Amino acid sequence: MDATVTTGTEESVWGGGNRPLGASYGKMMMWFFIVSDALTFSGFLVSYGFSRFKFIETWPIADEVFTHVPFFHGNYPMYYVAFMTFILIMSSVTMVLAVDAGHKMMQKKVILYMFLTIIGGAIFVGSQAWEWATFIKGDHGALETKGGRILQFVNAETGQRASLADFSKALPEERVKHESSKGIWFEKEGSQTSFSLNEVVEGFKATPNILIRTETITEEGHKTVLNREESLAKLKDAVLVVEGANLIHNEYGSRLFADFFFFITGFHGFHVFSGVVINVIIFFNVILGTYERRGHYEMVEKVGLYWHFVDLVWVFVFTFFYLV
Amino acid sequence: MAHDHKLEIFRGTLKFKSNVQKIWGVLIFLSLVTAVEVALGITKPRVLTHNFFLGMKLLNWIFIILTLVKAYYIAWDFMHLRDEKKALRRSIVWTPIFLVCYLIFILLFEADYIYNVYKDGFLAWNF
Repeated sequence: MDATVTTGTEESVWGGGNRPLGASYGKMMMWFFIVSDALTFSGFLVSYGFSRFKFIETWPIADEVFTHVPFFHGNYPMYYVAFMTFILIMSSVTMVLAVDAGHKMMQKKVILYMFLTIIGGAIFVGSQAWEWATFIKGDHGALETKGGRILQFVNAETGQRASLADFSKALPEERVKHESSKGIWFEKEGSQTSFSLNEVVEGFKATPNILIRTETITEEGHKTVLNREESLAKLKDAVLVVEGANLIHNEYGSRLFADFFFFITGFHGFHVFSGVVINVIIFFNVILGTYERRGHYEMVEKVGLYWHFVDLVWVFVFTFFYLV
Repeated sequence: MAHDHKLEIFRGTLKFKSNVQKIWGVLIFLSLVTAVEVALGITKPRVLTHNFFLGMKLLNWIFIILTLVKAYYIAWDFMHLRDEKKALRRSIVWTPIFLVCYLIFILLFEADYIYNVYKDGFLAWNF
């Protein structure tokens, strides 16, 4: 007869009736998801810490990697990431305001705030795409040694980083890009670097005021700069020119740094992207008056939880990738 | 939770008149914390980078503590944990904290061990 549990009138399921702990089914499920997703991100960030502690003396310094701001030339460490952080916090605020307006059943305000949230999310994803492009394109260029370590270049007079183009010598040599259609079918190479190893080495020998900077971090927290003799000796280890970063080579230093950068900010960026998509869906539902007819705006609150979670994760990514 | 919001932050020292006001208040606080973090990250005061506590730079301790402060206010005020039942809040917060602390402990110790093997173990990797 009454085999299924109907808790419509009973009020003692942990004091929440049909809504254990005072949270509805959907909200509870969102929290389950958020907790498990938080553990996934923790796994990523802790494994970043693992790799960093393994190579604590040679890990790249984030300030020297992320130095660009769109439309500006020069060295501006951190400002752009700070801007991105602010955008995300700001879009979190408009999201809470949307939830708050939803509680008061003010459809117009919910629409406005949801719209602003979506804009904020789009700006953030766009910024991240730009940051990726800049990171992949590279900055000064470097040499890679046989052991996979990175040698960067410094101008001895100014102490500033020197780009490969600053000193490399154009030699009368030609190197054709190796494609799988020519030669062995399973072998091909990616895009060619703007200078060959030989050109960089010859240019380095001909330019006495260029020094090599290794990955090792000194007591002062800077990278080690070798003197001219050491530099010339070190140059013999170089086997490859590296410009920019991908999953295999990374001109900024340890390859693992680039791998984790792509992996963690990529996974986070994917979360932001899906958050924007979900927000857009809810946004249209609000416009169509779905929640007005339903009598409550709890759906806005649920996607809001997800959106804030994305912001929360970024706070940690910001700290562990860019600050620490 | 519905319409009843707890409107005071900083353990009751700052009380807002409405939920909307509280949201803007929290935004100002979070922006301030971020500004402090960025300023410290750019200037890197020598006092903070050359003094250590438990093997970590003071600067990094400050960054991590400020991050946790920000996370607290995002979770408590933006995600409305402040207004949820205590049991729900605790099960959401302490479960990941416990697991993550364990993960950090075990992985960072292991990494430090590998670092020492690379350093002293007659193993050439930096060439």
